[in-house]
Amino acid sequence: MNSEHAIITDQLTKSFGSFTAVDHISFEVKRGEIFGFLGANGAGKTTAMRMLCGLSKPTSGSATIAGFDIYKDTEKIKTKIGYMSQKFSLYEDLTVKENIRFFGGIYGLSNKALKLQTNKLIDTLGLESQSGKLVASLPLGWKQKLAFSVAVIHEPSIVFLDEPTGGVDPITRRQFWDLIYEAAQRGITIFVTTHYMDEAEYCDRVSMMVDGKIAALDSPEKLKLKYNVESMDDVFYHLARAAKRGE
Amino acid sequence: MRTLKFLLVKEFKQIFRNKSLLPMIFMMPIIQLLVLPLAADFEIKNINISIVDHDRSEYSNDLINAVTSSGYFQLVSFGDSYQAAMNEIELDASDLILEIPSHFEQNLIKDGAQQVFIAVNAINGTKAGLGASYLNSIIQNFNQNIMVDAIASGNAAPLKNIEVVSLNWFNPNMNYKIFMVPAILVLLVTMVGAYMCSLNIVKEKEVGTIEQINVTPIKKHLYILGKMIPFLVIGIFIFTIGFFVVARLVYQIVPLGNLFLLYGYLFLFLVALLGFGLLISTYSQTQQQAMSIAFFFMMVFILMSGLFTPIESMPEWAKYIAYSNPVTYFIEVMRMVVLKGSMLKNITNHIYVMIGFAIFFNTWAVMNYRKTS
Repeated sequence: MNSEHAIITDQLTKSFGSFTAVDHISFEVKRGEIFGFLGANGAGKTTAMRMLCGLSKPTSGSATIAGFDIYKDTEKIKTKIGYMSQKFSLYEDLTVKENIRFFGGIYGLSNKALKLQTNKLIDTLGLESQSGKLVASLPLGWKQKLAFSVAVIHEPSIVFLDEPTGGVDPITRRQFWDLIYEAAQRGITIFVTTHYMDEAEYCDRVSMMVDGKIAALDSPEKLKLKYNVESMDDVFYHLARAAKRGE
Repeated sequence: MRTLKFLLVKEFKQIFRNKSLLPMIFMMPIIQLLVLPLAADFEIKNINISIVDHDRSEYSNDLINAVTSSGYFQLVSFGDSYQAAMNEIELDASDLILEIPSHFEQNLIKDGAQQVFIAVNAINGTKAGLGASYLNSIIQNFNQNIMVDAIASGNAAPLKNIEVVSLNWFNPNMNYKIFMVPAILVLLVTMVGAYMCSLNIVKEKEVGTIEQINVTPIKKHLYILGKMIPFLVIGIFIFTIGFFVVARLVYQIVPLGNLFLLYGYLFLFLVALLGFGLLISTYSQTQQQAMSIAFFFMMVFILMSGLFTPIESMPEWAKYIAYSNPVTYFIEVMRMVVLKGSMLKNITNHIYVMIGFAIFFNTWAVMNYRKTS
């Protein structure tokens, strides 16, 4: 167990029948790092992330999350992580406040902490006027920001974000990344998948998944240097072109 | 415990905000209890009858009067052509033909015996069977009257006859509503268990919120309890409205047995049925799937529960199904406790069986519910 690392995976694999979605991936994520997890659609990003969150059992290989074993301590891991899925997954028929209270509550926040967190969160998001409204009535960008805030309400060591800014306008995306930076500054490790290469530039390090394998892993600067290209966009093209899996 | 509180607050809020569920919960018991018992009446009235009278005598007239004034039959055609009557049956306008032969009166007086002919349209088996037996008993009655007349006028020797008189215990007037209402209440509660609970959980799978729950350290059994308790409350609520409002005010059904016993059994039944609903939800990914599975089992539960047809008259193999059906036991208990005033010692067996069902369904469901796929 290495206290410097939030995530360590070794030969982690997930197969569905004869199809290997995630093929022996090994990588480490440092504590407090913003780690970008890139790859084309169907490269295996979501499957890998679901294994790390304890939503899906690996076929083989090992991993530790926040120092806990992915097989034995699934429930302990769950106290240490936050997760925001691709699909919006707060309760649309509850109000903003009720969602915050509910998730804070089941993460075991005390009544006092709940009150404090709720007010702080609504304040940071500028949702004062909306706090009593059903989440269903919020615009997508606000929903996403709320979902992120709820995912870190219990101050986890790591938060997993699966395409958090999909379908969101550029301004909101910028605000969303402000939230991410803020969380990272508080010491939360960020593990994020994205299709926006400008967002990849914001990450400390990124990995590129191609056909279930990790094809490259380094800081955006070094990757650009390595492939002798101008932008992360070009790095992505360069690597993803080698993919054999059809879309 | 605190987690459970948060779960329950959330569930109840969601249920009370659900615009389609709420009217169901309040209106379903009232509407179903008002409509179903009236329709599910085994007494058949308005049987369409065609009478072919070849005799046109005083006796045949008397017989026809006896039939048409009984209240069960409606005369659709009267004539002397059997063929015409048969046409009525073929057009489905008529259910029964009563054919009175020519020289009916004459032969009856001369020989002391005569035959009439009944033809039954058996497409609707229940109607046909009951119609024929009503007609038979009317004719028999008519027969008795003729005999009494004959004996009185000294034309015939008194016959020794055994008359069977039956006494209907616990429901002296053979009122079908008293028999059906408690059982229909059971159906209402069954729907809550089998549908509402499983659909609720599967809905969370469909919209994806269950993922968000599954990444939290929430305990599996707490989450399940959080889902079951609200529907347990709703089930008891629906039962209470149905029992104390509709059954008592509309049908004047006052339970003879102990209410605690009834509610205790209702509780056991709901736990078993909610376990079953939960089990369906663990095997379904979409509400459509859950609905189809639940619907299939509802059909079996309803038709093989002794609700409409006595279990004793089912074939052997079907009895096994009926006795593997939790609904069967609750209907029996309802009828026993409400109509007969049965006590705890009369239904201990039913209690053990229901506890068995509850343990069986819930264990299976909890084992099959996975936070990790």
